[in-house]
Amino acid sequence: MFLIPDPVVRFFHRMASPPHFYAFTERLMPWLVVIFLLLTAAGLYGGLYLAPADYQQGDSYRIIYIHVPSAWMSLFIYVVMAIAGAIGLVWRIKLAEIVAISSAPVGASFTFIALVTGSLWGKPMWGTWWVWDARLTSELILLFLYLGVIGLYGAIDDKRTASRAVAILALVGVVNIPIIHYSVEWWNTLHQGPTVTKMDKPSIHVSMLIPLLLMAVAFKFYYLIAMLQRARTELLLRERNAQWVKTMISESR
Amino acid sequence: MSLQEFFAMGGYAFYVWTSYGLTLIVLLANIIIPVAQRRQFLRSLSLKQKRQ
Repeated sequence: MFLIPDPVVRFFHRMASPPHFYAFTERLMPWLVVIFLLLTAAGLYGGLYLAPADYQQGDSYRIIYIHVPSAWMSLFIYVVMAIAGAIGLVWRIKLAEIVAISSAPVGASFTFIALVTGSLWGKPMWGTWWVWDARLTSELILLFLYLGVIGLYGAIDDKRTASRAVAILALVGVVNIPIIHYSVEWWNTLHQGPTVTKMDKPSIHVSMLIPLLLMAVAFKFYYLIAMLQRARTELLLRERNAQWVKTMISESR
Repeated sequence: MSLQEFFAMGGYAFYVWTSYGLTLIVLLANIIIPVAQRRQFLRSLSLKQKRQ
């Protein structure tokens, strides 16, 4: 552990303890919500009001402020889920298993949002709701991977076993992540190429870029909020017979 | 820019506001569902403990 600073190690050790996790996330929650709301308010004000209309796409491009951050989140959450799943698989840390499975519905939701808002953007710009091009198809596969994870977890009664099965499925599915990211470069797609992640020079004006980045950070905070809410519920369900839960219940009466 | 102009979204109102509205619904549901589940579960645990 000489590579990681000691306070960080201690933080993760404590967070792996269910009662500490439960209490800490409760105290953390209002802060996360406030930061999320401030970022969202600033992002939407900048994106929907301050930023000018696009010279080619008019105001329809404003869907970008939820479409692109959602698509980024769909990939980001999948990677977090796979890493947490792998940690649970190797070290049998209950909290890692819970973070992995609690990420799945949030990731599925962002994938769904990315697909639907993309469709609502594609209709006026491309003249079609859907095409089977590489970007859209690989993103749809991502949605099915998330749904597969949720379904598999629900189908196995023993949640420790279910978590291991889910982690393996999630890890296999990681192969889809670079495919989604590079699909617009590898294949000739109807979906436009990257506008922001081009390292040399993003082809987007700064008045449009700032709200986009604000929304991207806001959605990261949203993920933390939604994932932790699920994790707290899942933790209680799993630990219902543990002494700390019984003590908490009797104290709250 | 008038309020009417703002909501018109240059003629793309349907596509833009459907996108934002749907996103709002999905994001809200992802908070409300687990919180409601937890509250219900805590209540049932509390009842069970009272009966013992």
